[in-house]
Parts: sequence; structure tokens; C-alpha cells
Amino acid sequence: MTQLLDRPAGLKARPSPAERTARRRAALEWIAVHSLGVAAALFFVLPFVFVLLTSLMSDSQALSRDLVPHTWEWGNYKKVLDTPGFLTWWRNTLVYAGLGTVLTVASSLPVAYALAKFRFRGRNLSLMLVISMMMLPPQVVIIPMYLFWAKQLDLSGTLWPLIIPMAFGDAFSVFLLRQFLTTIPNEYLDAARVDGCGELRTLLKVVVPMARPGLAAVALFQFFYAWNDYFGPQIYASENPGAWTLSYGLESFKGAHHTDWNLTMAATVLVMAPVILVFFFAQKAFVEGVTLTGVKG
Amino acid sequence: MTTITLASKRRRSALKTLAFMSPWLIGFAVFFAYPLISTVYFSFMHYDGFGPPTWRGTRNWTYVFQSYPLFWPALRNTLWLVLVMVTLRVVFGLGVGLLITRIRTGTGVFRTLFYLPYLAPPVAATMAFAFLLNPGTGPVNSLLERVGIPAPGWFGDPTWSKPALTMLALWGVGDLMVIFMAALLDVPTEQYEAAELDGASPWQRFRYVTLPNISPIVMFAVVTGVIQTMQYYTQPLIAGKVASGVIQGAGTQFEPGYPERSTLTLPQLVYNLGFQRFEYGPACVVALVLFALSMVFTAFLMRRRGGLIQAGD
Repeated sequence: MTQLLDRPAGLKARPSPAERTARRRAALEWIAVHSLGVAAALFFVLPFVFVLLTSLMSDSQALSRDLVPHTWEWGNYKKVLDTPGFLTWWRNTLVYAGLGTVLTVASSLPVAYALAKFRFRGRNLSLMLVISMMMLPPQVVIIPMYLFWAKQLDLSGTLWPLIIPMAFGDAFSVFLLRQFLTTIPNEYLDAARVDGCGELRTLLKVVVPMARPGLAAVALFQFFYAWNDYFGPQIYASENPGAWTLSYGLESFKGAHHTDWNLTMAATVLVMAPVILVFFFAQKAFVEGVTLTGVKG
Repeated sequence: MTTITLASKRRRSALKTLAFMSPWLIGFAVFFAYPLISTVYFSFMHYDGFGPPTWRGTRNWTYVFQSYPLFWPALRNTLWLVLVMVTLRVVFGLGVGLLITRIRTGTGVFRTLFYLPYLAPPVAATMAFAFLLNPGTGPVNSLLERVGIPAPGWFGDPTWSKPALTMLALWGVGDLMVIFMAALLDVPTEQYEAAELDGASPWQRFRYVTLPNISPIVMFAVVTGVIQTMQYYTQPLIAGKVASGVIQGAGTQFEPGYPERSTLTLPQLVYNLGFQRFEYGPACVVALVLFALSMVFTAFLMRRRGGLIQAGD
């Protein structure tokens, strides 16, 4: 833009030799960069394409070396949906992910708000503990947690041991929201307080509307976390197929139809598709969330 | 008019803080502090889930380090994954990040395509790769054989199973791409212009302008990558299960780390010891090793000065 404005009008019609080589170099660079981009795009996209193509093959063709289906077997998807349990797993996943997301956001928001905007002793220590919890592999505490839920509360075979803890602030969500809330200027909060708002009203009426992108990012991450979770359902729900989630059940699908790559891939598509669909509607919130995790707080 | 004393005001503000922090305080006590202390307790006990736990002293520890055949292979695999998988992911993520900042046409489309695999649920992504890299009929080997390259056994071959997992990890590099892209766009353009005036080559510009500016983010990517490797569970487990043909729920015992322990990770050992063999004591020992390793890297991430995640404002 500035280049166009700076350049005298007369020169535009007749480029000097130096300018011509510069332009040629720019064009070559454009071609190089974009060819590299297409090559990278193939690496990222081809696995999806092959999975989709195989999901539409006939049983016998899925076992061959063909890459493209001869006949398009849309019925594969119906077969997967008709598999006993598949719709139950779908429902369980929605309950786990949906309820978990609501609980996480509702319990993490006040904590993040306190960590971002209150001054109190032990604040830095609390934040450090939140970050440590966030970095901890779930396997570190799984033995006592399992014994607690299964032996003391008799809740194994259900997803409740995974859902209930989400009502007590999730470390990653607290951290992400806190990063977001520190960017909201204190003047807005002070103005609300001067007008006589209590802390809770300030949070709900002033902070929540301003923090909507951050809340959306946290909700999405939590939803996908539950959707993708394999370890949690494996520990608590494995003994009861009625409590399995899609991520956990998907693998059993492979077992039940053990050489049927076409049906297995159709099931894989059905587990991936909602995530990708949601992403297209909420791209901005997602990318913003990823960026926030990588930026200094 | 009632006067509010300073002390009561302070008490009210402390109560307010406590009220807002309470969900996490309860969660921290019940789901972190208590189980962590219990893990230490169980690491010294004999307990199989039936009857009361009995004292076992340090024998769980010596068992894990000296007699349990899977511990050292798992630690070695972790080291391999840290060195190879994390390094390649950071280099590749930076490369893709650089590429996307250079792309002028269709940026949005390219960025979305590069990012999508990161979203694929780990189980689904691993199933997809187990199929793509399936030695018999998988598309990758079909293509390789068509161009006359000898096709590896991937997830079924101990020398190729970790490289196959690395490819899967590179496919899902979208998160790093986004972080690097944000960092690259933040590098002041004046510095590039100054370097160009000084006659710096593209490589010199990258080495002396780009890298120093984004080095905190590179470190962040490395350390979080290492921490993620400490939690690496679903992908190696599923890859091993699919490749070995184990059927879920059919009572078949899965051989951890198939093939030949090559995909074994520490989190898988906790599962194997605790939930397949019901040896809760040794399982807690492995859990504590995992805890110690994770905390070392987390501390690195939060060191007071020059830390990558800073607590204070």
C-alpha cells in the first residue's frame, strides 16, 4: 500500500531493469511458497481423504489395495449407526461433554476472576498450584481417585466420577480464563463498583459480557477434552458398555468388525465429524484460546 | 451512619476472596492434595483392592526399579519420544508457522487445513493412522510399493512403531503452528528492514532476527511438549492394540507396548500395574516417578526469572 503511494506515477508504466528482477524474484518466491503450501496441505488433508474414501468402500474392496471405491457404499454409515450401543455412546458423550462443560465454566470463572483481579496473600502461590495441576498427568493420582469413586462411593460403571470433579474448577480452564481476564482494564470494574455493584454483580454484568471470547474458548476446549477423553472412560466406565463414550467405544468397534476397515473408518468419520463441524462455527474462539496458552501471562 | 472499620473491611474482602476461590480450593484438596498424599501412602503398602492395605516398606520401589521388566523400557521410550518426537514437532511446527506467514493467497484456507488434524480426537486419529499405515493394504504402503520403495511394517514393527507415532504427532502440529504464527507476526518489522539494509541473507535474518525474538515461544513449545510426552497415553495404546489385533472387552490380555514394548510409556505402566494386575503399590511408585518428572519440567516452565509462564503481573 505505502509502496504504491510512494512510487511516482511515471515509473509504474515502465519498470526499470532492477525493478523487473525484483518483481520476477517476488513472483518466483510466491510460486515457491505456495507450492510448499500445497505440499503441506496434502500431508494434512490426505489422511482425511483416504479415511473418507475407505469408509465408502464395499467390504471386499476395503481389504484390497484400491484407493478409490468402485461403488459408493453410503449404507456403511447406516450400518455403523445401527450397531448396538453406538447411539448410546453418542448420548453418553453428549452428557459427559455437555454437563462437564457447563460445570467447568461455572466453577472456573469465579476462581479465574479472583486470581486475575483480587489482591490477596497467596495469590501467586495459588496460581502456581493451578499451573502445576494443569501440567500433571492424570495417571499420577488415578489409583486413590479410582479407589475413592469405585470403592467408597460405588460409582464405577458410570461417568459421574468424571463429571462431578468438573464442578470444582478445572485447572486449565482457570488458567486460560485468568489469562483472558487480566486483559480487561480495571477501570471498568471500578466504575461498576462505584455504581454500587457487588463483586458477583460486577462479574456477571460487566466481566462476563466482555469475556465472552475467553469463555467460548474455555467451553470449546472443555467440550473437546471430554469428547476426546479415552483414559477417563477406560478407568471408570469400561465394565459397563452402557456408559461408554464414543472415544472409548470406537476402539471396540474395530474389535467387533475386526477386518472391516470400511465400517471402522465410517465410525471414525462419525467421531471426528462433530469436532470439525463445531470448529467451523467457532474458529475464532478456538484459535484465540490456543494463542492465549502460548503467551506470557 | 455506621463506620466501617479497617479490620472488618479487610475481613470482608478476605471472605469475598475465599468465596470466589472456594470451588478450586475444594477441588484442590479433594482431587489433588488428598490423592497425591494417598499415592505416597500406597507406594509403601501392599494393596490389591481386597482386604486392608499392609505395610510393605520400600519393596514396591525396589520391585519397580529392579524386577518389573517394563519400567526401564518405558523410561527409555519416553526419552526417545522427548528427543525425537518433541524436537521434530517443534521444528516442523515452526516451519509450518513460517510458511503460513509467507502465504499470501488463500491464507485462511491453508491455515484451516493445516490446523484441522490437531482437532481430530486422539482415538480416531490413531485408528485412522493405523489404517493408513497398515502394512498389508494401507494406502501409504500401497503408494510406496507403486513407486518401488520397500514399505515398512509401521505399528507392527518395533523399529518403525515410534517413527509412526511421530508422524501422527507431526500431523497434529496445528496448535504449535498457531502459537508460532502469533509469535512470528509480533516480531518488529523494523528489525527485518534494518537487517536487510545491512545486507543480511534470508538465513541470517532468520538466525539473528527471527529466532532471538521468538525464542521464549520455542522454549515454551519444547517444555510443554516434554510435559505432554509425560502424559502420552492414548495414541501408543490404541496403535498397539489395533496392530496386535486385540479385541476390546473379549477378555484378551493386551501386551503393553506392542510390538516388543516399543510403544510403552510411563502412564501405560500405571494402568498395567494398577488396573490389569491390581498391584496398586507398585502402580503408585510409577505414578510418583511420573509426578517427579512432570514437576521438574513444570518448575522449568515457571522459574521465577525468565520463566515462561509468569504468575505475577
